[in-house]
Amino acid sequence: MVQEVMLRLCAGFVKTIELFLLTLAGAIPLGLIVAFGSMSKFKPLKIVVRFIVWIVRGTPLMLQLIVIYYGPGLLFHQNIWGMGTSGRFTAVMVAFIINYSCYFSEIYRGGIESISKGQYEAGQVLGLTRRQVFFKIVLLQVIKRIVPPMGNEIITLVKDTSLARVIAVYELIWAGQTFIKSDGIIWPLFMTGIFYLVFSGILTVLLAKFEKKLSYFN
Amino acid sequence: MPILEVKDIHKRFDRSEVLKGISFSLEKGDVLGIIGSSGGGKTTLLRCINFLERADKGTISVNGKVIFDADQHDLTVEQQRENQLNFGLVFQQFNLFPQYTVLENVELAPRLLKRYPDAEIRERSMSLLKRVGLDQKIDRYPCQLSGGQQQRVAIARALAMNPSILCFDEPTSALDPELTGEVLKVIRELAEAKMTMIVVTHEIAFARDLSDKIIFLDHGVIAEEGPAKQVIDNPQKERTKAFLNAIQK
Ligand SMILES: Nc1ncnc2c1ncn2[C@@H]1O[C@H](COP(=O)(O)OP(=O)(O)OP(=O)(O)O)[C@@H](O)[C@H]1O
Ligand SMILES: [Mg+2]
Repeated sequence: MVQEVMLRLCAGFVKTIELFLLTLAGAIPLGLIVAFGSMSKFKPLKIVVRFIVWIVRGTPLMLQLIVIYYGPGLLFHQNIWGMGTSGRFTAVMVAFIINYSCYFSEIYRGGIESISKGQYEAGQVLGLTRRQVFFKIVLLQVIKRIVPPMGNEIITLVKDTSLARVIAVYELIWAGQTFIKSDGIIWPLFMTGIFYLVFSGILTVLLAKFEKKLSYFN
Repeated sequence: MPILEVKDIHKRFDRSEVLKGISFSLEKGDVLGIIGSSGGGKTTLLRCINFLERADKGTISVNGKVIFDADQHDLTVEQQRENQLNFGLVFQQFNLFPQYTVLENVELAPRLLKRYPDAEIRERSMSLLKRVGLDQKIDRYPCQLSGGQQQRVAIARALAMNPSILCFDEPTSALDPELTGEVLKVIRELAEAKMTMIVVTHEIAFARDLSDKIIFLDHGVIAEEGPAKQVIDNPQKERTKAFLNAIQK
């Protein structure tokens, strides 16, 4: 019994990790593009991007998941996500990546805007190109400043992955919950809590290490 | 021929005209001191010369060659960068790059722009750092240095690109009084070595001793200019007298 529970929980956990990693892989770069959009000198672009960010950050991720999964089908009478498990998984990924890109973009924007004008100007008078100024001077300073808030969002993402079950993606909590119905046992559900704790604990340690690594300057 | 010739520079921000036709010239190896009350346009003038602001009108020539003309808009970014490198600028707030060591700060631009072979860059950087008295601190980060030391690194960093004219915008006004001396000493040594410099400063005594020529900038115009000792010791204009009286009290 224990063995079977663990196997099923591990299967759920693999899905959770998959959601987590793919969301980061998509949202970390996409967030940067959104951030540049929200800082654009071209006003209409800036307004549109900030409006979208406002909506995404101001509504529950759960609602976004449901709208993204069912919305296209109801509006256009066709399921753009494809059938079955993989279709649902794609929809979840799209929703998560959009949602987290918007959160990350605000963190990036805060980080970029916190760098003093003097850093750009010092690079410019030394003859560096704008690209060199960004990548060789500004970027690491931005990274240092955004690690703590990014860390918070990343830990939140660990727990948010459980929302995927609202459109029937078989992740960790679902795996644990099935045993309540089928076998009348609740400890597998508690077990999932331990999975989350260990996972976010490891991440917390890694993030703290990274933060420490960048503490040599300020 | 003067090394630098600035002609009729105008600069306006929104409604207010901050520079209303600034012209002056500077001989090679000379030091120009710029003094004037707050808001007079000193920083703006330096920023125009260093291409951090674009003047609305006027020209700037180095060694007889026009490197900036407000009426000309077709300069490529490359050309502009090349022209701008005639000048170096030392900021009031140092603006060192915090994530790099002292040596890396000095070497960054020459390395990225491949100005010299790597070995030569190292050699030149070390000798510049020696010149500003920081060759024992090359592996420190800016946050581990005092303000005076940071400003001296900033001077070495500006010199690393080998500018023809080095500009200073109030290089000591962000420093504790006991730290200004070490920075002024470095600037004085540069003057003795015949570095062409433009120094904006509130240190009147220093400006008097250091400069060959002084400009008193007031409300966007040159109110008085002349040999340093004459302008400071024996000002002709009432505005200059009033300013010097106020600042020396
Ligand atoms: N980017 C800007 N936008 C609008 N106004 C500006 C800008 N930069 C400077 N000014 C204005 O131009 C005027 C001249 O400023 P500037 O900084 O050149 O004076 P300054 O002589 O260097 O003064 P200080 O001795 O205080 O450094 C001031 O009134 C200032 O408010
Ligand atoms: Mg100023």
